[in-house]
Amino acid sequence: MKQTISILVANQAGVLSRISGLFARRGYNIESLAVGVTEDKTLSRMTIVVEGNSYVAEQVEKQLNKLIDVIKVRRIPQGELVCRELLMIKVAARQGERPDIVNICDIMGAKIADITLGTMTIELSDTPERVELIIEMLKPFSIREIVRTGTVALQKGTDTIGNGKK
Amino acid sequence: MITVAQGMVEALVHEGVSVVFGYPGAAICPFYDSLAGSPIHHVLVRQEQNAGHAASGYARVSGRPGVVVVTSGPGATNLITGLATAYMDSIPIVAITGQVSRDQIGRDVFQEADITGAAEPFTKYSWLVKDPTQIPRIMKEAFYIASSGRPGPVLIDIPIDVQKEMIEFNYPDTVNIRGYKPTVSGNPPQIRRVADAVMESYRPLICLGGGVLAAGAGGQVLSLAEQCQVPMVSTMMGLSAVPSGHPLFYGMLGMHGNSAANFAVHNADLLVIIGARAGDRAMTSPGVVEKRARVVHIDVDPAEIGKNVGAAIPLVGDAKNVVTQLLGCTGRCESAEWIRLLEEKRQAVRYDLSPRQGSVNPRVFVRGLSQQLSPDAVVAADVGQNQIWAANHLSFQNGRFLTSGGMGTMGYSVPAAVGAKLAAPGRQTVVICGDGSFQMQMNELATICQEGLDVKIVVMKNGRLGMVRELQQNQYGGTLSGIFLDGSPDFLKLAAAYGIPCARLSDEMDIPLAVSEMLQSEGPYLLECVVDPDESSI
Repeated sequence: MKQTISILVANQAGVLSRISGLFARRGYNIESLAVGVTEDKTLSRMTIVVEGNSYVAEQVEKQLNKLIDVIKVRRIPQGELVCRELLMIKVAARQGERPDIVNICDIMGAKIADITLGTMTIELSDTPERVELIIEMLKPFSIREIVRTGTVALQKGTDTIGNGKK
Repeated sequence: MITVAQGMVEALVHEGVSVVFGYPGAAICPFYDSLAGSPIHHVLVRQEQNAGHAASGYARVSGRPGVVVVTSGPGATNLITGLATAYMDSIPIVAITGQVSRDQIGRDVFQEADITGAAEPFTKYSWLVKDPTQIPRIMKEAFYIASSGRPGPVLIDIPIDVQKEMIEFNYPDTVNIRGYKPTVSGNPPQIRRVADAVMESYRPLICLGGGVLAAGAGGQVLSLAEQCQVPMVSTMMGLSAVPSGHPLFYGMLGMHGNSAANFAVHNADLLVIIGARAGDRAMTSPGVVEKRARVVHIDVDPAEIGKNVGAAIPLVGDAKNVVTQLLGCTGRCESAEWIRLLEEKRQAVRYDLSPRQGSVNPRVFVRGLSQQLSPDAVVAADVGQNQIWAANHLSFQNGRFLTSGGMGTMGYSVPAAVGAKLAAPGRQTVVICGDGSFQMQMNELATICQEGLDVKIVVMKNGRLGMVRELQQNQYGGTLSGIFLDGSPDFLKLAAAYGIPCARLSDEMDIPLAVSEMLQSEGPYLLECVVDPDESSI
């Protein structure tokens, strides 16, 4: 089962290595990790998706809380997530294929970020499931390369990570 | 304006540090230069790992963080085992490592090692100091983090050019670390639930661990046991927290524990774990225990609760605070029948105490030693069979047992005793080690001589790595592989070379005399105790 964990950390050197080191040595599998600064410049926010049962998720949360650079940890239940991932995908697009690709992009709400005589680069910001879906739809056009940011997530509703305990 | 190095020494003085353990080198020279003019005593160990163990012994006996200073590169990497040992046993240490200058970092220059990276899994926190002005705050935070909450080692890596920078030195009075606010007192509703659980139980049991010693909560735990009439067992790390001879104390549990203590753990209806991890050596089948008993887990580290054994009632807090809170809301529970049963089990505990020919029964020896020790003696046991003999046969009153419980680091006992003796010069300090572990640390005899320390060392000599030999015979079909210590020196001649008085004990009849001669001699002493290679741990 996938577990989504949101973490506020001190925005300083070495923090990412402390967090990824913890996951490695405790044997937790990181599905994806995304990090960026927050409204408070001294803090970064990470969204980590791990594969594991509730015991693993609880252990991850407790061990993360022990790290001194970690300010807050919150496990976001699956049903309460607003989550997005940015995908950029470069596909081979010969002249006659372009309309079909544009059609898929229209259906999926994706944008064309770049175009050449032989390729199209498409961007989509959506849920991980829909990102998977557009990749599937574009496979017949010969995918040249893909880059994904990993999931970022917020909890639905008025709650914020700031009003939970550490 | 003073240099950062002077500021660091100043900070140590502010923290009440009177002794540091270390080994100098090029990258830490500015610090050593400042240290020379200070009131702080420097103890030169003979290898950096032992500085870590000595600081550990010092911390455990003094109750304050031990301080280690070493140089960059190999000095720092040698220290890692000392840090890891302290980390596993939750011992507060502040380690200071020299580092190459800032502009050289990352270029693989002479004696450069990424020590904050390498020590990350074995430290509570670490700093690589790049901004000289931050050193007062970092020193303050280092002592605070090492000694508060669940104690542990911290590391400050300081480039040589930073040590030489001039700063305005103002030592802060307080710390404010946003992501570090340990919970120390127990949540009152949880305290109530634990109190009710104790009062409802018929077969309650307290399992105490190293956290009780770390919190200085032995007296409170004993009062709780007496007030509620709850029997106690201990993990290896918890030994000496309560007097061994107390009628409610049943000794050590676990893989190498006694049968009465293990019976108690497996038949209790309520198990109150206080300051223990319930690690694999202490609780060999946690799944069985949590099915039979309601488990109350009291620990200052929330991450330990539910990690190894499922807890019906988790309670986060410092052992001393929590047990004091419990004392206020519990009474006597109906455990008389249970205690009678455990008493029968205690009587049925059997050890092989039969006499030996031409060697000494190690159990009989440890008992004989124990009889003559001062009530407040500090005993440092090493790792292996010697550790199990010591754990099961030493009797503690208000003494202190030191050993590497979590890491099982051979070579711990002698340097730990060095630290312990410097923390409490008036307390009798004795080492029990094997001939394997002794040879991992015998270079520290020089430290003992240099410091003039009255540390008594017992080497249980069987010419084998006894515990591995036992494992090979019990689980690997008896093929003995790599366990013969044939090249060992004559330990008496070795001691004599250091000018340390020594004796060899090979006849059991001589135990009382040999022990009294050792304990009564002035200064250090080495007693070689000849043990049969086929003795078992239990």
